[in-house]
Amino acid sequence: MNLATRYLGMTLRTPLVPSASPLSDNLDNVKRMEDAGAAAVVFHSLFEEHIRSESRQLNHHLTHGTESYAEALTYFPDLEDLAVGPETYLNEIAAAKGAVAIPVIASLNGSTLGGWTEYAKQIEQAGADALELNIYWIPTDPEMEASEVEARYVQIVEHVKGVVSIPVAVKLSPFFSSFAHMARELVRAGASGLVLFNRFYQPDIDVETLDVSPNILLSTPMAMRLPLRWIAILRGRVHADLAATSGIHRATDVIKMVMAGADVTMLCSVLLRRGVGHIRVIEREIEEWLKAHEYDSLDQLRGSMCQRSCPDPDAFERAQYIRGISTSWRNVTDI
Amino acid sequence: MKTKEFEMIDGNEAAARVAYQLNEVIAIYPITPASPMGEWADAWAAAGLKNLWGTVPAVIEMQSEAGAAGAIHGALQTGALSTTFTASQGLLLMLPNMYKIAGELTPFVLHVAARSLAAQALSIFGDHSDVMAARATGFACLCAASVQEAQDFTLIAHTATLKSRIPFLFFFDGFRTSHEIAKIEPLAQETIRAMIDEERVREHRARALSPDHPVIRGTAQNPDVYFQARETVNRFYEVCPGIVQRAMDDFAELTGRQYHLFDYHGAKDAERVIVLMGSGCEAAHETVDYLNAHGDKVGVLKVRLFRPFDVDAFVEALPASVKSIAVLDRTKEPGSAGEPLYLDCVTALQETAHASADLRIVGGRYGLSSKEFTPAMIKGTFDNLKETASKNHFTIGIQDDVTNTSLEYDPSFSIEPDDVFRAVFYGLGSDGTVGANKDSIKIIGENTDNYAQAYFVYDSKKAGAMTISHLRFGPRPVRSTYLVSKANFVGCHQSEFLDRYSVFDQLMPGGTFLLNTAIGAEELWSNLPESAQRQLEEKRPRFFVIDAHKVARQCGMGGRINTIMQTCFFAISGVLPREQAIAAIKESIRKTYGKKGTEIVQMNLNAVDHTLSNLSEVQIPDRVSPQPQVHETPPSEQSTFLRDVLGKILAGRGDEIPVSAMPVDGTFPTGTSRLEKRNLAQEVPVWEEDLCIQCGKCVLVCPHAVIRSKVYDPALLNLAPSSFKSREARLPEWKGLNYTLQVAVEDCTGCAICVDVCPVRSKSEARLKAINMHTQLELRESERKNWDFFLSIPDRERRQLSFASVRESQVAQPLFEFSGACAGCGETPYLKLLTQLFGDRLLIANATGCSSIYGGNLPTTPYAAGTDGCGPAWSNSLFEDAAEFGLGFRVSLDKQREFAEELLQRLGGRLPENIVTEILAADQRDAAGVFAQRQRVVDLKRELQRLEGDEARQLLSLADTLVRKSVWIVGGDGWGYDIGYGGLDHVLASGRNVKVLLLDTEVYSNTGGQCSKSTPLGAVAKFASAGKRTPKKDLGLISMSYGNIYVASVAMGAKDEHTLKSFLEAEAYNGPALIIAYSHCIAHGINMTTGMQNQKAAVMSGQWLLYRYNPEQAAKGETPLHVDSAAPKLPVEEYFNLENRFNLLSKSRPADAKRLFQEAQKQVDARWQLYQQLAKSGSSSKESGKP
Repeated sequence: MNLATRYLGMTLRTPLVPSASPLSDNLDNVKRMEDAGAAAVVFHSLFEEHIRSESRQLNHHLTHGTESYAEALTYFPDLEDLAVGPETYLNEIAAAKGAVAIPVIASLNGSTLGGWTEYAKQIEQAGADALELNIYWIPTDPEMEASEVEARYVQIVEHVKGVVSIPVAVKLSPFFSSFAHMARELVRAGASGLVLFNRFYQPDIDVETLDVSPNILLSTPMAMRLPLRWIAILRGRVHADLAATSGIHRATDVIKMVMAGADVTMLCSVLLRRGVGHIRVIEREIEEWLKAHEYDSLDQLRGSMCQRSCPDPDAFERAQYIRGISTSWRNVTDI
Repeated sequence: MKTKEFEMIDGNEAAARVAYQLNEVIAIYPITPASPMGEWADAWAAAGLKNLWGTVPAVIEMQSEAGAAGAIHGALQTGALSTTFTASQGLLLMLPNMYKIAGELTPFVLHVAARSLAAQALSIFGDHSDVMAARATGFACLCAASVQEAQDFTLIAHTATLKSRIPFLFFFDGFRTSHEIAKIEPLAQETIRAMIDEERVREHRARALSPDHPVIRGTAQNPDVYFQARETVNRFYEVCPGIVQRAMDDFAELTGRQYHLFDYHGAKDAERVIVLMGSGCEAAHETVDYLNAHGDKVGVLKVRLFRPFDVDAFVEALPASVKSIAVLDRTKEPGSAGEPLYLDCVTALQETAHASADLRIVGGRYGLSSKEFTPAMIKGTFDNLKETASKNHFTIGIQDDVTNTSLEYDPSFSIEPDDVFRAVFYGLGSDGTVGANKDSIKIIGENTDNYAQAYFVYDSKKAGAMTISHLRFGPRPVRSTYLVSKANFVGCHQSEFLDRYSVFDQLMPGGTFLLNTAIGAEELWSNLPESAQRQLEEKRPRFFVIDAHKVARQCGMGGRINTIMQTCFFAISGVLPREQAIAAIKESIRKTYGKKGTEIVQMNLNAVDHTLSNLSEVQIPDRVSPQPQVHETPPSEQSTFLRDVLGKILAGRGDEIPVSAMPVDGTFPTGTSRLEKRNLAQEVPVWEEDLCIQCGKCVLVCPHAVIRSKVYDPALLNLAPSSFKSREARLPEWKGLNYTLQVAVEDCTGCAICVDVCPVRSKSEARLKAINMHTQLELRESERKNWDFFLSIPDRERRQLSFASVRESQVAQPLFEFSGACAGCGETPYLKLLTQLFGDRLLIANATGCSSIYGGNLPTTPYAAGTDGCGPAWSNSLFEDAAEFGLGFRVSLDKQREFAEELLQRLGGRLPENIVTEILAADQRDAAGVFAQRQRVVDLKRELQRLEGDEARQLLSLADTLVRKSVWIVGGDGWGYDIGYGGLDHVLASGRNVKVLLLDTEVYSNTGGQCSKSTPLGAVAKFASAGKRTPKKDLGLISMSYGNIYVASVAMGAKDEHTLKSFLEAEAYNGPALIIAYSHCIAHGINMTTGMQNQKAAVMSGQWLLYRYNPEQAAKGETPLHVDSAAPKLPVEEYFNLENRFNLLSKSRPADAKRLFQEAQKQVDARWQLYQQLAKSGSSSKESGKP
């Protein structure tokens, strides 16, 4: 069965791509992903803020308490060649490129315009086949207008595209007033692909300790509804490849997303739960499903259920929500 | 001719560079001020730097200097070119091997940063006491006087030792030379190569022990031949000076720098000559020039090769015109006919028939423990030589009003030349002033033709440490080996220093004064202290101000204002054109901070750019505005000693104290840290009395004992200040009493560790705890009154207290308070707890280290007595012998108590029967029992006063020993795991009732973070730059193997009740006890505010186990080992990620880090399993039993 797809100018054997996660921290895992049939791998993100914070902390700890007391003018050896910048990440990219044949897509989260472009260049030089921009921040300033936020996104894409020649995808938040417009602006700015959606780590409250804790929850299949809707809406409306991410756990999830119009489907929580080898299981089940339903290839059903192609285009629009509630109430299950 | 190249380095690095090039085996051990030499060697080896022969020297850290000497001896005997570095007590520990190495005619250079020896007190500072203690070993002794010479003589010493076969002790003055940064001409590798005779190297190797050509050495000789054999070396010593001189001549040919065994400088027809060695030669050199230029005929003879003392060379070096000589020794040899150099000089003149009535020779002492040695003192010494009856065996630089040895001199005499720019900077350790000045002097040295010098005076305290930087630069090599007394520029980097210190003393009229202050230029004048206004009005400098902290905040630099103040200095001092200076600063920033990431580079570059627009000049008005004086010194009602000795030291005027005021035997009163009121903290904790659950955790963890709790009769509140806080005590046992948590805001360091451990949060605003940080200044006045009132509330008597819980134990008065330890120190809470529990009967034998420095560094001590007058008695013997020292306490006290009991029985018939029987049968296991016994002894003494006879008088002098005394041996892991381990093992194995508190920071904290055997696998430390490759020693397990030692492993931050229980059990156990206490440390690279969380994480990961091994349990048939921590649930790597000591390995050697961290996890898992098995099996390895 031909499951091939194209994403960011690359032909991929299947749409199954592990998304940015801690799994790609480890080169052995990346090799295992390839062995399990991953068509490409999105590396874990390089966070500029993290690098800057590490750098500040290192500086603090190397200077704190020094040059004060005659017997202990310093507390650490004076080491050269400290990997305080993106070197570790870049080395990992280079090592992965040397170790696997599948495309390696880097992921970058910048915090300054200079950081976005500088690190993007270095990532390209390290050998990444493509770059996913993980644009993520929470605008909390009431004075900041929505247009400013949107302009910043577009500016980042433009600047990065100005310094790299590898394809660039943008991993997006759904929280825009006019998401379709935003998607089109990003494509105009140079994005070759859109990754829908970024799952934000939402804080939790520990009622015993009264601490705010970054309680990371893995996704459930329910999470795929939002990207499913927007991929279906955007399919054919923007000139960019579409990657679905969030809540894709089963073969049927992949099939739904491709039907909605996804070029690739990204896997994370399911691999963290079931192991990297589960990619092979999903692939087999897709093949079985396609055979059982007498499809010739995966490509055949791509976009078949997007808003433009589906039998009921209104189903993807807001009005449907009210009808959904009234007709499907009995089917609501506890997730 | 080739253009000269220069570098700005200090004496330690200058010597270590050459030593590293010329050796194959380097054995190291940390000791101030020589540690940096070993640190350099380790860092270079870790970085793969090769020596002259293209191989990386093997660098190995030993367990002590004795160990280093032994290892070197072995390495030399098997043919390796080998070296080591040491000072002071370390050199003493090497003495036995030095005799051997010399006796076996082994080429070797021992590098020494000469330092005082511990006598009436320890001192880390420089003099020649250590070298003089080694002068009889048979080592040649070569002395450098400057940083340039420290480098040059290292090469000369290595050259000469290979040729002569005599081992060399090469030394230079600790701190003055070892830590002075100077502009020197570095040695090219070809120069080093040209000086070393390869044939001599091969000869050294050929003499090596080898089974291929077997011989034996180290034999025992008998009366028949030992003497003759000892005399066989004479000819080697006879030719040694000639070899050294030839090496100096060869060196001169290669470098143009000519040295002699004795270098005379001065008038050819000088009549008065000073003879000395070390850094003082430089000051004498420039003073001689000055005096001769002003009509005198004087000279200085610089001694380079002290041993073998070349009598002829000495005499020949003296000008024929000399009529009087003063030989200055930087050492003290009590009871001698004269100090060593003096005696040698006298002998030389006598033996060469130069001694005559026309040539007077006198000896004197100067500069002990880095005491300043200034041109004024040198002139005073020359003046003494003018006298017909010159004072002999004099001292210079102090006032000896007891035996009147001191020479008079005019301290105002100065020879500072106009063409040398001099600057003094007052800063805090934490603000980066020293680092900035090191950088500045390098910029000047490297960007101009000027010669330059930088020397730094540091604090004796770690929290809130003040630093004073002394910088000079000018057209000639700077020989001023003394502090700047007249400065063109003074920078005061903290405005509060204006109140506390005489920062204007050095400022020359018309100079430049730079002040960092939050007050703007226009409002500043009226806000300056009156004394500052007067000084400024009198000296009328150009006066500049900047709010550097504001700029630092804007640039994200926190409290570090180094770059900002450095930029100001260059902008207003005019030492370089401003643009050139700014460019040089920026280049230096890129070089210095580049390896820490672009973030840090950019942050500092921003700071430079933001500085100049914030810098303003202040016009000094003609009138002084009267201001209230806020400077506080210890109150006048204190004893004369506190006022005239400690008070003066506190005020920075210790140099003025005469001999008569000092204790003759190093004995000082306790309870003096409370006099200081250092007001270090910007923010201090404030108690929220309504939220507080009175758990006592904040009191327990406070490293400086500034948070106290008391329970008391509420009637006492009648006299309380209005802002004094109080609430009903919550504990049922305290029903009817009130509870107060009071903060000594003037003693607080602001570490906020108390807030971090507070378990309570406000229900309506969760960010608030039951103790929160607030600005200190607003609270200072009210809380000072509240603190005074709090102190007036009677402490509950120890016998009334239950120590069953942390909450109850923490109302006990701590008898360890306000130490100078780092803010947030992880060690001091344990010591404080120790004094709370057993302080009234406590003797502490303290190993040298952090705990001896914050415990006993003058001027004040944190140990204090309770209201009953009882409190810890404390002493430090050495680094290596604390266990034996403490055992001595125990044996002595036990013997005296035994004798007292014997006397009591002998006198029984003459004393009331109940006193005798009750004292002999007393149960003193708890505080109440001790209190009762103390009362009985009071009664006994009263009865004894009435009795006649020797035995009654004997018993009177011994009666106090009948009250239980607790002997605790305190030290760090450098002591317990390494240098003192042999003694510790023996003492624990003795079965005697001594307790050991091992404050385990897993690193040599006091000397700056060198690796110990306690350092965990994978941690980066000095001497383990590439990460520790071996696991931490399990000292607890080793100790448990004896079966009769109580052993506990505790971590207060993980389980405080466990710590408390362990202390109580250890004390109750009638035998040896060892508590290994995890102590977070600034050397771990952690946030010290959350240090207790690091302790918790260490335990959660299983990296640190909590357990108690109680032999008494075994005696009862129960399992002696209780593992008190839960099974590890945090991956070791996650714990490692919290600490820079591990992160550094990930950043410098990621692959090694990954491997070592995985190995660490395996070891943690295996150790956990082992301990589980031991706990189940009922015994570690042996059945318990007392010996």
